[in-house]
Amino acid sequence: QVIVKGHITEKGQGTGIPGVAILEKGTTNGTVTDFDGDYSLSVSNREATLVISYIGYLTKEINVSTLGRIDVELEVDLQTLEEVVVIGYGEVEKTDVTGAVSTLGDTDFIQGVTTSPQDLLTGKIAGVNITRNTGAPGSGSTIRIRGGSSLGGATNDPLIVIDGFPVDDGDVSGLSNPLNTLNPSDIESFTVLKDASAAAIYGSRASNGVILITTKKGSTDKMKVTFDNQVSISTPTKYVDNLSGDEYRTLVKGLSDNGFSGIDANAIKKLGSENTDWQKEIFRNSVSYATNLSLSGKVKNAPYRVSYGYNDENGILKTTSTKRHTVSLNINPKFFDEHLAVNVNAKGTAANTNFGDPGAVGMAVDYDPTQPVRNGSNKYKGFFAYTSSTLADGSIDPEGPANTFITNPVSMLELRENIADVKRFTGNVQLDYKFHFLEDLKANLNLGMDNTNTDGVDNAKPGTTWTYRDYTGEEGGRLLDYTSKTESQLLEFFLNYNKSFGKHSVDVIGGYSWQHWKRSGTTFDRNTAGDQIIQDSQYMNENYLVSMFGRMIYSFDKRYVVTATVRRDGSSRFAEGNQWGTFPSLAFAWNINNEAFLSNVDQLTSLKLRVGYGITGQQGLSPNVGDPYYPAIPKYRRSIEGAYYQFGNEFYNTLRPSPYDANLKWEETTTINLGVDFGLWDDKLTGTIEGYQKETDDLLNRVPIADGSNFSNYLVTNVGTMEIKGLEVTLMGRLISSNDLTWSLGGNFTYNTREITKLNKVDNPEDPGVPTGAISGGQGNMVQIHSVGQSPNSFYVFQQVYNEAGKPVEGLYANRTGGTGEVGSNEFNKYHANNPNPEFLIGLNTRVSYKNFDFSMSGRWSIGNKVYNNGLANNSLSGLYQSAANGYFTNIRKEAVDIGFVNPQYWSDMYVQDASFFKLDNVSLGYTLTKLFNNKIDARMSFTIQNALVVTDYEGIDPEVGYGIDNNIYPVPRTYQFGLNLNF
Amino acid sequence: CVNDLKVSPIDENVINSANVYNTTADYKEGLAKLYATFAISGQKGPDGMADIEGIDEGFGNYLRQYWNLQELTTDEAVLSWNDATIKDFHWHTWTPTDTFIAAMHSRIMYTVALCNEYIRATSDNEDEEIKRFQAEARFLRALAYWHGIDFFGAMPFVTEKDLPGAFFPERIERIDLFNYVESELLAIKDELGTPKFEYGRADKAVAGMLLSKLYLNAEIYTGTSRYDDCLTALQAVLSAPYTIPTEYRHNFVADNHTSPEMIFPITYDGNMTQTWGGIVYLVHAQIGGTMDAKGMFGTGDAWSGLRTTKALVNKFDLDNDYRALFWTDGQNLEIDDIGLFTDGYGITKFRNRKLNGDLSDSNHNVQIDTDWPMFRLSDAYLMYAEAVVRGGAGGSQSQAVDYINVLRTRANTSNITAADLDLPFILDERARELFWEGHRRTDLIRFNQFTDGDYQWPWKGKVKEGIPTASHRDLFPIPSNQLTANPNLKQNVGY
Repeated sequence: QVIVKGHITEKGQGTGIPGVAILEKGTTNGTVTDFDGDYSLSVSNREATLVISYIGYLTKEINVSTLGRIDVELEVDLQTLEEVVVIGYGEVEKTDVTGAVSTLGDTDFIQGVTTSPQDLLTGKIAGVNITRNTGAPGSGSTIRIRGGSSLGGATNDPLIVIDGFPVDDGDVSGLSNPLNTLNPSDIESFTVLKDASAAAIYGSRASNGVILITTKKGSTDKMKVTFDNQVSISTPTKYVDNLSGDEYRTLVKGLSDNGFSGIDANAIKKLGSENTDWQKEIFRNSVSYATNLSLSGKVKNAPYRVSYGYNDENGILKTTSTKRHTVSLNINPKFFDEHLAVNVNAKGTAANTNFGDPGAVGMAVDYDPTQPVRNGSNKYKGFFAYTSSTLADGSIDPEGPANTFITNPVSMLELRENIADVKRFTGNVQLDYKFHFLEDLKANLNLGMDNTNTDGVDNAKPGTTWTYRDYTGEEGGRLLDYTSKTESQLLEFFLNYNKSFGKHSVDVIGGYSWQHWKRSGTTFDRNTAGDQIIQDSQYMNENYLVSMFGRMIYSFDKRYVVTATVRRDGSSRFAEGNQWGTFPSLAFAWNINNEAFLSNVDQLTSLKLRVGYGITGQQGLSPNVGDPYYPAIPKYRRSIEGAYYQFGNEFYNTLRPSPYDANLKWEETTTINLGVDFGLWDDKLTGTIEGYQKETDDLLNRVPIADGSNFSNYLVTNVGTMEIKGLEVTLMGRLISSNDLTWSLGGNFTYNTREITKLNKVDNPEDPGVPTGAISGGQGNMVQIHSVGQSPNSFYVFQQVYNEAGKPVEGLYANRTGGTGEVGSNEFNKYHANNPNPEFLIGLNTRVSYKNFDFSMSGRWSIGNKVYNNGLANNSLSGLYQSAANGYFTNIRKEAVDIGFVNPQYWSDMYVQDASFFKLDNVSLGYTLTKLFNNKIDARMSFTIQNALVVTDYEGIDPEVGYGIDNNIYPVPRTYQFGLNLNF
Repeated sequence: CVNDLKVSPIDENVINSANVYNTTADYKEGLAKLYATFAISGQKGPDGMADIEGIDEGFGNYLRQYWNLQELTTDEAVLSWNDATIKDFHWHTWTPTDTFIAAMHSRIMYTVALCNEYIRATSDNEDEEIKRFQAEARFLRALAYWHGIDFFGAMPFVTEKDLPGAFFPERIERIDLFNYVESELLAIKDELGTPKFEYGRADKAVAGMLLSKLYLNAEIYTGTSRYDDCLTALQAVLSAPYTIPTEYRHNFVADNHTSPEMIFPITYDGNMTQTWGGIVYLVHAQIGGTMDAKGMFGTGDAWSGLRTTKALVNKFDLDNDYRALFWTDGQNLEIDDIGLFTDGYGITKFRNRKLNGDLSDSNHNVQIDTDWPMFRLSDAYLMYAEAVVRGGAGGSQSQAVDYINVLRTRANTSNITAADLDLPFILDERARELFWEGHRRTDLIRFNQFTDGDYQWPWKGKVKEGIPTASHRDLFPIPSNQLTANPNLKQNVGY
């Protein structure tokens, strides 16, 4: 008997691996390593061989020989680690992937707190563009995969599937973003299905890509506890450069003295004597906290993971905050000799969000800097308010009737109560049964539900000026409650046959899916006395999706792989005859490195060529189209409050027929994708290059229709075609990988271009297109357009003329048509001045670890995106003093004073500005301490800066503006974050 | 589970078309919508469920666009705001891509489409009341089509025979549409209610009023004058129990439903019938400068938009004529800058206080009780006089002079004699009596003064003194998005 002792570590890492199996070869004699990776085993003699194995590592065999102590370094088995890719209704080995699929695991995430799951993806995957909508706590992001293949009638949001449950992308009121109910620290991985051949298994919801999210599951280890704590401080990055009170008085009085029309002596009497910086008054540095606790392990046959997260996030705009509790539970037991695998996922969220009044951001930029925050008025709760009456000396009567066109920005925050409670439960149970008599055949049943309940108030306290005119009563307050409820149920069943024989292997599934959604809500609105009900509205709708789907993957000799899928979807949104659509795809992959002729090229680890073709659909009508759930059936709507009509002395509700298109059907996107994956030098460098072309036909498009032909002048109907082309490159390098030092560097490049190739039933060169892109300024003004031959949402503006000194000449534009008459009165003198979408996106991320230190960084370039600087366009000298409601002053940007326009020139192309940028999204430094407190605890301390640096020529606050119209949105703060993570 | 795909709305306010009309009360709610399309913008007041799209909901209101097209293009009104291409109206520089003109075209045809649907829904009903509802729907369709004839000339043509869908309505020539509207009005004349049977409803007198307007302008619309028919049609109005009240202002105040002169109102109510267009726009846009919104107008808001030009002001005997409802304090008569509220006299005609000065019953801070006087008796008197002067048979000059003098007496201004009664006088008298009531553009065209005539006013043609403009602007262009959406349409000459 010989006793062998030793320590098992991962190659290149110092820490021991617990749970490694040590077996004496050819016997049943064995042991496992303890928590620190140490073992001790008695073997029969010195000739014995130890077999050392652990999942995810290459198995090693070592002769005991004369050694008394055997320390072993296990090498990570790259093949097994990356071999399985989730593809929807199953997973495949990486070599068998045929479509454009990108995965991101939790090791790719920047360590540190993020409150939105989608932040984890920002800049990480080629072809995926994520724009944070605002800087408000818990605010959502707009996700676009390959630019989006719809034109506004249908949503461009990707389908999101969480643990096998497709999540409704519709709006949930009281919640800025449905994904935000997911705790990012529960996420194990993202898989993004980008092309049709990968996504077609989701058929009619796949045109804009699919994001599969897998949450963390229990391991087979003994119980592991992780406990994370973060404190962060957020601070505004930049303020709009407008005039101080003194500068403003000088400007206004100077104009008035020079006889500038509109600013007469009476107006000047309304000026105050203060120097109020309203932006400083509404913003703050805010402190936020986050805690996550998770337990995972195994009870008998049942691996489990339970987690609790609490996030208390405070916004930089005063009063804004969100407090979120999340609970998640995963249990994955197996029964009947591992023939039945059960997978239970349950997630609960309770969030309380104070939205504050985001309008205060723009109001603070515009509000008169000569007035005080407070003047002690009784009527307006001590706040200064512009009123519509003046005192004898011509100054503003502090207690007169409120001017409702502008509101003291601080009072907007202090007097508004805009708070919602959201509760969400998502859960599903998956039963995966491997038939006893035929183990190659499995049956899978997935039952799930997703319920969200929102309870909100949006009250304006008495003394609020902006509600003054709509809510009768001298104090003008408002009480508004709302509720909303969304429910979804899912039933899916499929059979899977998976068999290898010789060099052949097949994996076939066939299944059925049924999903139902129901949404309802109420609004109850009245004045603070409760006696004047302004509006009382409710809504209720539902829809169904019923599907059959199948997929076959055939692989020959690990060299050739063919995937064919088909899905047939039925949607209740369409009328009988148009409800069903069929969405096929075919893809082929060639693992060239497995060919004999490359077997001697040692540098090449992998090389794969992929070609895919498929048709996907879209039925997800945008909530903005008015009637997204019953657009194809004839129906009437009865009027509600404020929309009665009087005959005699009676008021009658009215009945209105709704517009509908009985022939409405799916929009269809045909995609061709060509990709190459490669790995060099033992995968020290891996990469993917993808090229694609998409064409969407029968766009669900909201277009003007022939007047008189239906019950509206616009209708969502199938008309138009759009083409999308793009190129994506992803590179990942493990540059250094030694015991003490590792360095990896990843980069991705995206080029995407979209063009509308048909827009209307009739081509009419006299019609420039469908205007879109409403701006602030005037009423109903738009600066974007959908036009044939152009990218969607192109800016459509006049070309500014400049004088010799390079200053813009007010109202003078290039005559591009050469026609006679007023240049600015001829719509055709406008031109398409690019669009809000970036031409190129480049993401870069790196990670360095040296001994106990780790450092990571991620950033991205966006090149060619244009932004309409609406704030600047809205500033003009004549706007300094508005005569409405007895007159009031508004502030102006310094830049607008230099430009010196008397009247706003909304359609000058000088406001369409290049907003290309580089953003350093995250910088993080961590230090890990191992084996604290009797070897029980590992700890990591980290310091992270989010939104660390923005480099841009754009002069507004933030160049990243989702739809390209920069209108003083709540800015994204810079956040400094300290974290402590404990594992035991 | 495949049967689940057959869905029906589950919201109680959304009703499957097959089940919508069961009782007379249901039919009356359907009828109320046809009237409401002129007054408000959708199914929720003041906004939120718009009827038409592609334009701000308040702008897309029928009466607001109708008023803008009739008034902003003339000597009677200028607007200071920076809303899209609104100033093109003053300058006579509008183009086929103008969104306001497109909204007017859509509004007209929207009302026609709704009336068609209602006429279909009531077609087999023998109930007397429902038959009358149907006649009113035909009247309202004729009214909308008349606006189409007046603004655009040729129009898309759909009747109750055209089911809603994705089709291209045929184009109908102006003269053919005129004949159709005439035949419709003649056909329903006897089916409508007796005058004043219910306030707000179209009755025999209302139809007579529309028919008279059609005939008065027939020479413009068809090339053939119909003044005899105009005078005949007017009898349905003049013989009805309408009278001229003592006070001119009675027609424009919060309780103007009590004015005995009101023939056809578009009704509004501060709590029940709300909008950002129509009367709400008109009342607030006219308030600004030193006017007291609450004290004088009975509302909480001043939008500082609308004023008038000196061309209108100078037609008045400012010292005596009660109709000269101008606001001069802090206002300049000359307009140097259309964008400046203080350039041009203000107007105080429409108010949300009662005739006796009391606050309106609703006393809403911004929504208005005052009804819009679409047709009132003075207009009928003035049309009578004009048809007589233009040589129509069936009327007398002495009656014409009497009618005019009834109005002038009420207005506290001098009586005229038969010698004074000529066409230029009538055009000016119509401006004095009916300014800002949505008649001016049609009147100027009928007198050949709208574009290339010898009458100019400030900023016509984008010149301060005013210059003649191209005569093709007597018609508005067919909106370019309609030419795209409907290949059967043709652009009007000159655009």
